[in-house]
Amino acid sequence: MAILEVKDVSKRFGGLQALRDVNLSVAENTVHAIIGPNGAGKSTLLNCLVGKLTPDTGSVLFQGQSVLGRKPHEINQMGISRVFQTPEIFGDLSVQENMLIPVFAKRDGAFRLHPFETVEHEREVIDEAMAALEEFGMADKRHMHAASLSRGDKRRLEMAMCLVQRPRLLLLDEPTAGMARANTNRTIELLREIMERRDITMVIIEHDMHVVFSLADRITVLAQGMPLVEDTPENIKGHPKVKEAYLGEAA
Amino acid sequence: MLGLNKRDTRFLIIVILLTLFTPFLLQPFPEESALAQFNGGYPDLMAKIAIFGIFAMGFNILFGLTGYLSFGHAAFLGVGSYAAVWMFKLLTMNVFPAIIVAVLVAGLFSAVIGYISLRRSGIYFSILTLAMAEMSYRLAYSVLTPITNGETGLQVRDSDPRILDGADAAQYPNLFGLELSQSWKLELASHVFTFNVGFYFCAVVAIVMFYISLRIARSPFGLVLKAIKSNQTRLNYTGMNTRPYTLAAFVISGMYAGLAGGLMAVMDPLAGAERMVWTASGEVVIMTILGGAGTLLGPVLGAGAIKYLENIFSKINENVLHEWFAFLPDGMEDAVIWLIARFTGEGWHLTLGVMFMAVVIFLPGGLVEGGGRIAAWFRRKPAAGAGAGGGDGDGDGDPEHHPKPTPRIATLGD
Ligand SMILES: Nc1ncnc2c1ncn2[C@@H]1O[C@H](COP(=O)(O)OP(=O)(O)O)[C@@H](O)[C@H]1O
Ligand SMILES: [Mg+2]
Repeated sequence: MAILEVKDVSKRFGGLQALRDVNLSVAENTVHAIIGPNGAGKSTLLNCLVGKLTPDTGSVLFQGQSVLGRKPHEINQMGISRVFQTPEIFGDLSVQENMLIPVFAKRDGAFRLHPFETVEHEREVIDEAMAALEEFGMADKRHMHAASLSRGDKRRLEMAMCLVQRPRLLLLDEPTAGMARANTNRTIELLREIMERRDITMVIIEHDMHVVFSLADRITVLAQGMPLVEDTPENIKGHPKVKEAYLGEAA
Repeated sequence: MLGLNKRDTRFLIIVILLTLFTPFLLQPFPEESALAQFNGGYPDLMAKIAIFGIFAMGFNILFGLTGYLSFGHAAFLGVGSYAAVWMFKLLTMNVFPAIIVAVLVAGLFSAVIGYISLRRSGIYFSILTLAMAEMSYRLAYSVLTPITNGETGLQVRDSDPRILDGADAAQYPNLFGLELSQSWKLELASHVFTFNVGFYFCAVVAIVMFYISLRIARSPFGLVLKAIKSNQTRLNYTGMNTRPYTLAAFVISGMYAGLAGGLMAVMDPLAGAERMVWTASGEVVIMTILGGAGTLLGPVLGAGAIKYLENIFSKINENVLHEWFAFLPDGMEDAVIWLIARFTGEGWHLTLGVMFMAVVIFLPGGLVEGGGRIAAWFRRKPAAGAGAGGGDGDGDGDPEHHPKPTPRIATLGD
């Protein structure tokens, strides 16, 4: 069963054709990696999935429902979360407060006026946020200003903020960029565990082939806005076109 | 207590005590001494501080918490004043209908202006609010004169219907018969302290409003507002719709402004459009930043400091300066007086400008940051342990919400 169905999506920026008739079908409870050189249109494709951009043509169905024309918060409430290429977190807030927001968003929906409740008294919300911080090994940093975290920790915090919402589909845009090797391996472990334990589908954009081949069930290679091939990791590794367009360059 | 944790309860109690003892605190000098002119314990001034404190507290919910810099909040203050005076004219001189209607009308008005202005953020939002407030100001002088009485201002008259008041009802703003202008004086060792009903009414309202803003800041709603200031993109992609939250913050702060405007009318039952002029909107911005935007106590301190200093500096005219500097040789006396006179009396705004620049440059967290630094300095000075439980100088009183030492001005917009 495909949870995400992208059909004939094109997107143009002025004279630049960023996406050209992209088709993508992501099966439920799998990890689907999108690889391709810089500027291939990978981030643009994610932007079209979460309501940041509207494609010029084509359709995007999530669980059979179109996401096009919906606002980012509506798409999130449908069950799609996204980790950005440059971490988007609440820099002015503490790490713990960063985790509370997605839990409140999950519980209360897009808007709720609750000026006379007290954050401190929301035991269940706090416990859930703390459990997620624990899971991501960040509990000891909970009082830190999120802005003062290292780049890798910011990424992990953002990932934790997305996962605490129990999304059906998680979109990750280069989640290990800027991480040290050890942290990259920890992230791989974490994502693997999550795949095993939860009902979740992931679309992951990644430059690090080690990450891609450790996690992906299927890989789509994107070049100049067009899907070049889509296949299993084993077949992609040996694919001559891919070697030429991407792996050769990266190696 | 009251849904607050221990630290916040202590904080609230300190604020209550400070407010209730203002007639003493602002009257430190003996009546006949040369320093008596620095006393600020008159009912008018104290009530003004409480009223502008409320205005700034509300403004801080929008600006300090949510990060939206409105340059039009004086419009809501003005609307509140007009609404209150109309209630005095139509219903009764009792203050309750007046302030309740002032809050409601300002709330409605701010919902309309907020709905339009919040389509943009950053500098465009600021300019939209400025434009709307300026429009309201102009309308008050032109098309709306039947409601505002134009340049004369709206006043209470004997011929007003006042349908709820009987023939023998009080002719002045009152609390169920107790007139707000009533005062008691206490003479104590050559000090004179004045206790005025109007001031205490404003003070109690200010305490209630402070409590409300404290609760808002500690609520999930307040947390979302802080998140909006920090990163709207992340909030949207986390499934929250920022628009209704910002509109709610806007309306709440508009209602605070309307309440302040209503209280102004309560202290002096007339309303004029000059309350809506853009410099009045600027003043509350300056109060909030001077005191410490985003902190709970800062805006109130900023309002107090500005209103107190305005009062003192405006009174220092050339005659007073001649008295002070009589000991100098003539030529020098004139030069010194000329220089100082630029900054006093009519020139008070120059002093305010210099003060504001100094705070923004050297104390970006405002007076609250200054207080925090002094407290930290005192804590470090004596041997360890001493003064550890001492004054919660930083109004926020929460280690997780410490006012940042980063310049707030740079992040005004988004
Ligand atoms: N908002 C935009 N406006 C104009 N051009 C854009 C925009 N976003 C991306 N592009 C261009 O589209 C191309 C694809 O970008 P992107 O999707 O970010 O590539 P990547 O595969 O590296 O993530 C690039 O050439 C980029 O410059
Ligand atoms: Mg990219």
